[in-house]
Amino acid sequence: MTQYIIRRFLYAFPLLMGVNILTFVLFFIVNSPDDMARMQLGQKHVTEQAVENWKQQRGYDLPLLWNAKVQGDEKITKTIFYQKSVGLFLFRFGISDSGRNIGADIQERMWPSLAVALPSLIVGLLVNISFALMMVLFRNSYLEHAGIVLCVILMSVSSLFYIIGGQFFIAKLLRLVPISGYDDGMAAVKFLILPVLIGVFSGIGSGVRWYRTLFLEEVEKDYVRTARAKGLTETQTLFRHVLRNAMIPILTGVVVVLPLLFMGSLIMESFFSIPGLGSYTIDAINSQDFAIVRAMVFLGSVLYVIGLLLTDISYTIVDPRVRLS
Amino acid sequence: MIILWTDALIFILNAIMLGLAFYMHGKEYIKRPMQQIYRSKIGMVSLVVLVFFVLIGLMDSVHFKATGNKTNEIISLLDYWATPLREHGEKTYSAPFATTLYSKEMMTLADGTTQWGYPRLEFGGSHLDEPETQRIPDILQKGLYGFAQGAGLVAFFMVLLWAMLARQHKQFMHSSTVKVVWVVVFVIVSLSYALIYLSAYYHVLGTDKVGEDVFYQAVKGIRTGLVIGTLTTLIMLPMAIIFGILAGFFRGWIDDVIQYIYTTLNSIPGVLLIAASILMVQVYMANHEEAFTSVVVRADMRLLFLCLILGVTSWTGLCRLLRAETLKLREMEYVQAAQALGVKQGTILLRHILPNVMHIVLISVVLDFSSLVLAEAVLSYINIGVDPTTYSWGNMINGARLEMAREPIVWWSLSAAFVFMFALVLAANLFADVVQAAFDPRRAGNE
Repeated sequence: MTQYIIRRFLYAFPLLMGVNILTFVLFFIVNSPDDMARMQLGQKHVTEQAVENWKQQRGYDLPLLWNAKVQGDEKITKTIFYQKSVGLFLFRFGISDSGRNIGADIQERMWPSLAVALPSLIVGLLVNISFALMMVLFRNSYLEHAGIVLCVILMSVSSLFYIIGGQFFIAKLLRLVPISGYDDGMAAVKFLILPVLIGVFSGIGSGVRWYRTLFLEEVEKDYVRTARAKGLTETQTLFRHVLRNAMIPILTGVVVVLPLLFMGSLIMESFFSIPGLGSYTIDAINSQDFAIVRAMVFLGSVLYVIGLLLTDISYTIVDPRVRLS
Repeated sequence: MIILWTDALIFILNAIMLGLAFYMHGKEYIKRPMQQIYRSKIGMVSLVVLVFFVLIGLMDSVHFKATGNKTNEIISLLDYWATPLREHGEKTYSAPFATTLYSKEMMTLADGTTQWGYPRLEFGGSHLDEPETQRIPDILQKGLYGFAQGAGLVAFFMVLLWAMLARQHKQFMHSSTVKVVWVVVFVIVSLSYALIYLSAYYHVLGTDKVGEDVFYQAVKGIRTGLVIGTLTTLIMLPMAIIFGILAGFFRGWIDDVIQYIYTTLNSIPGVLLIAASILMVQVYMANHEEAFTSVVVRADMRLLFLCLILGVTSWTGLCRLLRAETLKLREMEYVQAAQALGVKQGTILLRHILPNVMHIVLISVVLDFSSLVLAEAVLSYINIGVDPTTYSWGNMINGARLEMAREPIVWWSLSAAFVFMFALVLAANLFADVVQAAFDPRRAGNE
């Protein structure tokens, strides 16, 4: 087990290296640092000196891949690629284009993101699974057909409309909760209710359908028939046999997104002005802050790779048939 | 006539579809699922709706330079037919079917005095003398007239078809699916006739902040949605199919390399990769202004880039499915037999593997379509979608959501985008379900 985990950790390294190379190509080769400097400083009336200054402040004044001017190892280390990659791998994200420390910002903004994303995930999971179970319990009835139709309809509405509608009806007309905003500590709860509610609601359509197919696959298996044959009621079979076995794919699907919860949701956070990583990314995109976007891309990949690892481990825990080797 | 990049790709896509349809026609293994789709009422109805959207999108994809116009802009066939809609701009917001502006302003009356009130619209309902009393009867009358025109047209064709086909295809004409399809065609055509007829006199869905007709915007948004939904798959399909089949068939180091590539791409959160790429495209365009002279060309390039990027981020899922299926197929007896007989590997791939994974490709194409249309709106909202000058539902929502705070609220832009998007995505979702049920071998024969 330990050996397996160590090997997976080592496997993560080439993956992250690939991500790093990809972002490097995107950010430094497709457009040279000169292009970015001009974009940032405004298109016209930019002197060479201003561009040089901008590049020097951010450490972009080095050659991209190979520094021919210096001696020995520094030919490789004194380059943008080396400097920026090492920074990312050590989680030293450096200074953003607006002069703030990205690492500190991320640490601070991670928690509001989590405060929205985690309850949404848990409540969503509970709601989706209960509805899906209900539909399987009443399968081949009008209730199920109505449920399927409702799911497709819910799925076909853009999440933007759920947010706008929720904000309008619940916050503006009924004035039950504030429209948007965030506060520290327990005071944040009243700001979180609406985003969580909408997050859950917008996921119901596709979620219920997905879990329903998982359950239906299990319901047709032989052991379920055996359970019924030995006289268990339908509810007992569902909860004792179907649910427990269907938990394996459900759990692995959830575990993989767990680390990514830190990244938050871009749209939710910007609509509800929650100071999390999602709105951080959006702000960075809008102000064309390349350093932040690059850091977030890398962070996202790291979290995803961790999620994959956790998935494999959780498999062995819940499913005794799986042995890691 | 001017062919933009996306136009060319759309036409290529259509040619491919027609070619495929021609090739598949009459093939035994394709008949059964086709008949299943054809028998399904939901499937046929959603197909009719989709075809209707596609026709509008195609009309909007034939571009040419406007003649007799000083500005020399590039317009499409749809723009040409909708010229009154395009040019009947008001000053600012006005509600659907309104005859006055949304906001009060100082007006100069005929006798020279000034008054604070709602000014009449320049075009919307300007043919009425006393809008307060005449408006509703006029709308009803014109709507009915347009509806009757459309209904007459459909009825004419219905009678024509019936006269030609009734004798030979008695079964066909009396099947309940055909009846439902006729009813849907009747409703769609008549309603759109009524809307088109009315929109010459009123702003059917109101006007937006700069006074542009919302109905026109929503109709123009159809093409953007379709382009994103279809071109993205056109771009991702070759990659997914080639990589997926090669990885599954050859295994070994090819499989390792391809798996590495897609795991790497997959590990970057999609939105962030799209954001990073679009940022780079923006920088590139800002630094190469000379290559993108016209606004239309620039918006079109950005749309194409968006499709490219969405394609690059979304091929991994299908690739993985195809790899798994190929791994299974290569152990099948018929593939083993072909190998034993010394058939070339390229031929095995083309003759034996590819046709047998096509159902997965087809299912994932139709399943992806609706999610791509929805993704467009979200991406446009966070400014990494289509160009802000492009008409798209995402841009409409983005522009309209701030107006929810106004009093009385400006609901029409949002509702228009909602209705159009909902109709397209719902039809696509329903159709995808039917296609999946028909082509998925695990579910085949259950009907």
